[in-house]
Amino acid sequence: MKNTTLPELYKDMRRVRTFEERVGELFVRGQSAGSMLHLSIGEESAAVGVCAQMRDGDTFTTHHRGHGIFLARGADPNRMMAEIAGKESGYCAGKGGSMHIADMGLGHLGANAIVGGGIPAVVGAGLSARHRNSGAISVAFFGDGATGQGILYESMNMAALWKLPVMFVCINNQYGMGTRIDQATANPNLHERALAFGLAARTVDGLEVEDVAEAAAGLIDGARAGKPAFLAVDCYRFFGHARKDKSPYRDEAEEAEGRKKDPVLRARDKLISTGLMSEADLDALDARVAEEMDASIDFAVAGKEPQMQSMFRDVYDPSQPEPEPVRTRLDRILAQG
Amino acid sequence: MAVQETTYRDALRLALSEAMTADDSVIVMGEEVGRYGGAYGVTRDLIKEFGEERVIDTPISEAAIVGAAVGAAMTGLRPVAELMYVDFIGMTMDQLANQAAKIRYMFGGQIGVPMVLRTQGGTGRSAGAQHSQSLEGYVMHTPGLRLAMPATVEDAYHLLRQSLRQPDPVLFIEHKGLYTMKSTLDPDAEPAPWGKAKVLRDGADLVIVTYSRQVHHALAAAETLASEGIHASVVDLRTLNPLDFDTIRPLVETAGRAMVVSEAVMTCGVAAELSARITEECFDFLEDPVVRVAGEDIPISVSPLLEQNSVPTPDLIVETARKMFA
Repeated sequence: MKNTTLPELYKDMRRVRTFEERVGELFVRGQSAGSMLHLSIGEESAAVGVCAQMRDGDTFTTHHRGHGIFLARGADPNRMMAEIAGKESGYCAGKGGSMHIADMGLGHLGANAIVGGGIPAVVGAGLSARHRNSGAISVAFFGDGATGQGILYESMNMAALWKLPVMFVCINNQYGMGTRIDQATANPNLHERALAFGLAARTVDGLEVEDVAEAAAGLIDGARAGKPAFLAVDCYRFFGHARKDKSPYRDEAEEAEGRKKDPVLRARDKLISTGLMSEADLDALDARVAEEMDASIDFAVAGKEPQMQSMFRDVYDPSQPEPEPVRTRLDRILAQG
Repeated sequence: MAVQETTYRDALRLALSEAMTADDSVIVMGEEVGRYGGAYGVTRDLIKEFGEERVIDTPISEAAIVGAAVGAAMTGLRPVAELMYVDFIGMTMDQLANQAAKIRYMFGGQIGVPMVLRTQGGTGRSAGAQHSQSLEGYVMHTPGLRLAMPATVEDAYHLLRQSLRQPDPVLFIEHKGLYTMKSTLDPDAEPAPWGKAKVLRDGADLVIVTYSRQVHHALAAAETLASEGIHASVVDLRTLNPLDFDTIRPLVETAGRAMVVSEAVMTCGVAAELSARITEECFDFLEDPVVRVAGEDIPISVSPLLEQNSVPTPDLIVETARKMFA
């Protein structure tokens, strides 16, 4: 388990926020692979608070807005940014990108571009952990949008039925793309659904990262002991769904109000007011983080494009023949005539 | 294991039981696979042998069964998930096509998904439009998924053992009309290699390319045709992915005529793909168009009369061959 003191939690949240800001910059500079980049600014406490309680050997899946979670679990920002740029030096050699980033070494079983698509994998990972008696848990991170998908309920039911070391973390940023949670469900008290399936479940306000970390600690201890859990973290998605979304479905007054719920600033203010860190210390820390994340852009931009022949690789195991390229096939067929 | 007279169903069970004995990471999961013993009895008594931790009865949640198998396979288990009917594949398609099939590729080759999804399809039991389909085309249309369809008792055993050694996800589609078929099985015999088709009958006039239960219809038809002087080869593909075109090509080049037989509906199906490949690859050798003898482009009826005539019969294969040589 990591150090869960407020200075550590603050540093991790600042790294997530700055990384996300740099992802936005990468896009503006025209260096990202596409515009399907989903920033988790405003949601840092969910990623950092929960991940602070996870251990080496634990596994997890994320949704499409998962940069912060991966970073909080120890990802290298350089390789993340390179993947987001579609470069060979990225975590998935440029084939996955922002929405399909993964790293088996860190237990990241994959980000997912299908809403809810990564959730049932943690049930299987929970079966594995129990089979090997490894003591590991597996955590599914997803947004409030995924509570509209049946696969969540199938998975929670199995986890509860089989008493698996599994946790479901719903990062409720209030929006599934442009649809606000109260426009998508009659009962937005999302943890109540998990209670109905027999999971330990609660909702925590994401404003205070320490509250999230504390809530996660109790639920994760339970999950490790075979009492699967569900945690909803209430927060606000500061910006649009993806980079090209200007949020026409909500007004500026709402956004201004929502952005007051800023876990990073809140933690910063608290560090100063309690005397744990001085403003000068925090400025210096922020500057170091900015440097680290600036470097990730440089790394990504300088990275090589994948080689063309890598296109046919990894459809199947390397021991198997690769699929035949269209040109090769056509040349062979038409050469006969 | 001794050479034995056994059924397609028992050969499948033997393969599962031996794989579970040999490898503790093999687990079986699905609806009714444990206490009930499987809707078609394939997993009968496995729960007594291996316990409920390794033979897992699941709720009726096809998507999560497949999704959990994906997660289990990524974390060190060798899951054999069961989908009671291939008709339910629509419930699982995200987990199959977007997750299992693409994980190795999307993640840059970091990890594979070595799982087997056993299911069964086809007509023959008046099971109606939602329990009688042949949906292998959905699978074959998805790069990343392997697809095995055993036609014989021998392959029920050997192809399942081989599927359990594959590094990639395998759809293993049995035929509900074959479970009680009996034949001799030698579990210790060297099986045909994974991904290789078998030529079950030689004939110089016509090549019939087929798989699953239609192999038996094709063999019966070939017998009739031989008595009329039309000699057909019968190729059992065994796996549709990998597809062994190397076995098909020289046979078609010699015979100059090819027929593809499949129980699945014709349009955009496996037969369409095979026909296109044979036409492209063997065009200069063909005397006739490659013909598809496939399922009608209609749902399957409950009426046994309508059901039987919705899919290729030995008579239809014979009639078609006669017309080719008329």
